[in-house]
Amino acid sequence: MIDHYPVLIVILPLLFAFVVSGAAWIRESLCFPLTVIGMGLSAFFSVRLLGQVATTGLVEYRLGGWETPWGIGYHVDYLNGLVVTVVTVLAFINLIATRKNVEQETPEKAGAFYSLYLLFIVGLTGILLTGDLFNLYVLLEVASLTSYALIGMGSGRAPMASLNYLFMGTMGGCFYLLGVGYLYIMTGSLNMVDVATLLPQLFNSSAIVMAFIFCMVGVGIKMAFFPLHMWLPNAYGFAPTASASLIAPLMTKVMVYVLIRLILTVFSVDFAFVVLKMGDPMVWLSSLAIVAGAVFALAQKNLKRMFCYIVVSEIGYMMGGVWLGNNAGMTGAILHILNDAIMTLCLFLCAGTIFYRTGGLDLDRLKGLFQKMPVTMACFVTVALSVIGVPPTCGFFSKWYLISGGLQAGQYGFVAALLFSSLVNVILFFRVIEISYYGDFEDHHGHGSSPEAVMEAPASMLVPLLIVSVGLIVVGLYTGGIVNHLINPILMKQGF
Amino acid sequence: MSDLMVAIVGKYNYWLCIILMMIGLYAMIAKKNLIKKLVGMNIFQTSIILFYVSIGCKEGATIPILEHRADHSVLVDAAHYINPLPHVLMLTAIVVSVSTFGVALALVLKVYRKHKTLEEDEILMQLRSE
Repeated sequence: MIDHYPVLIVILPLLFAFVVSGAAWIRESLCFPLTVIGMGLSAFFSVRLLGQVATTGLVEYRLGGWETPWGIGYHVDYLNGLVVTVVTVLAFINLIATRKNVEQETPEKAGAFYSLYLLFIVGLTGILLTGDLFNLYVLLEVASLTSYALIGMGSGRAPMASLNYLFMGTMGGCFYLLGVGYLYIMTGSLNMVDVATLLPQLFNSSAIVMAFIFCMVGVGIKMAFFPLHMWLPNAYGFAPTASASLIAPLMTKVMVYVLIRLILTVFSVDFAFVVLKMGDPMVWLSSLAIVAGAVFALAQKNLKRMFCYIVVSEIGYMMGGVWLGNNAGMTGAILHILNDAIMTLCLFLCAGTIFYRTGGLDLDRLKGLFQKMPVTMACFVTVALSVIGVPPTCGFFSKWYLISGGLQAGQYGFVAALLFSSLVNVILFFRVIEISYYGDFEDHHGHGSSPEAVMEAPASMLVPLLIVSVGLIVVGLYTGGIVNHLINPILMKQGF
Repeated sequence: MSDLMVAIVGKYNYWLCIILMMIGLYAMIAKKNLIKKLVGMNIFQTSIILFYVSIGCKEGATIPILEHRADHSVLVDAAHYINPLPHVLMLTAIVVSVSTFGVALALVLKVYRKHKTLEEDEILMQLRSE
């Protein structure tokens, strides 16, 4: 059993996805508990796997017993052990927290929703664990296809937004596939470790440079890196609450992981930073992404759309950290994958909870919410402090690593962009807090919510939200342990 | 001039892929009709599938099926057989492209039910007037 943890993380949600869609034919109310079981088992095994990785350093798994350069191997080290645990645990919390939202927004579709939910997790965990470049493409498309469907389940403009996401996402996937094709022509292998050993002799080949660029563009589209971010705000903004709070924290972070994995394991640090000298332009582009995301966020009048642009800005943080090319920057980027996943989940859960009670997320409709929903708004203040970067919360620590990395590398533009975005975040969140604290509650007729109806959300939503908010502080306090035991060993191996 | 001809004729499979890819990209960007955009997307994906299929081929080679022989002493020369791996990979890629197309058509249907049109500019006009 213990040998099979890596594959169980991926296979169990897949099996349960079929069970759930079958159970929907019998009784709709069976779907949620079954999904909880499937998701819970997956999260349980990834925590166990992380424990296993922390003691042994590396877990290899061969699917079907085929030796790795020929068969598909799962290759789990500290990096993906950490990220897969974050992904499955957060997806599990989100599943519990958004049950009421699913009942409210997509009634009669629980079976479809929950099986897509599990399939999305199959895609993400597969991307994280696999050690095979083509397998990664297939699972990338599994995750993307399910996210198109999850977003398209929304009402109003959601299908159109999802369709635009589909066009962009498919192009991204195709570019990645093309890059893998170039790599395959040159090396004749698809296994990441095998490709990495074959590549150093080929660094001067222009085909490898093209492979790298195609992979970067493909991953860049999927993660919504600044000039390629156009699909994100609409797709996540119009998605149903439960889909948005699942996809927004996880999908983009997993794509940043793919980028780090491609640079660290496949193409090697030497190729990206010494041969291609891509560091400087990419850091500048990331700085631009941070500033642009912050400025667009200022212009939004809807809470959820504001969060979407904050996500665009945070992608810039991580990309910049990766391309700084020093220990502190890379540590900051990997730590920020973890922190930003928790922060984004908390932001979207707050939005979902408010939406559940008020039925709208326009900023001027948030008046007086502090009196009506004190616990939710307390969580909102915690996550706001974390996004701004106030010390005991986790957001401060990753920003600290990123800024010190920027100073070490002499990238003062990037440091300035980080500070600028922190200031803009202060304005963004204090504007929301001011409206909801000092504004008097207004009755919005025609939306079915009278002042009496707007009250604190049910406990099933509040408890997960509180857990995530406390998690922000706990992860912040344990930053030292995470960096020393999980992140530094990865970077040491790569010679940072 | 002759160098250019060699570059074009000798690598015609890559050129065809590039042409197909550009046709697909053009349709996705320039066409206003959602179905035409989808067809463009499909052409784009097909060009990459053909790219993979063409890199597995070898001149004068046959399909990679070994005949059953009584003695297993005969050495198999890989040069006599085409490389089946890219072709097998593309079976998966074809499945991905078909399912993408299916999801996209379902979304287009949903858009059509709401807006009663498939022209993107008309949909945008309706959205602006909302």
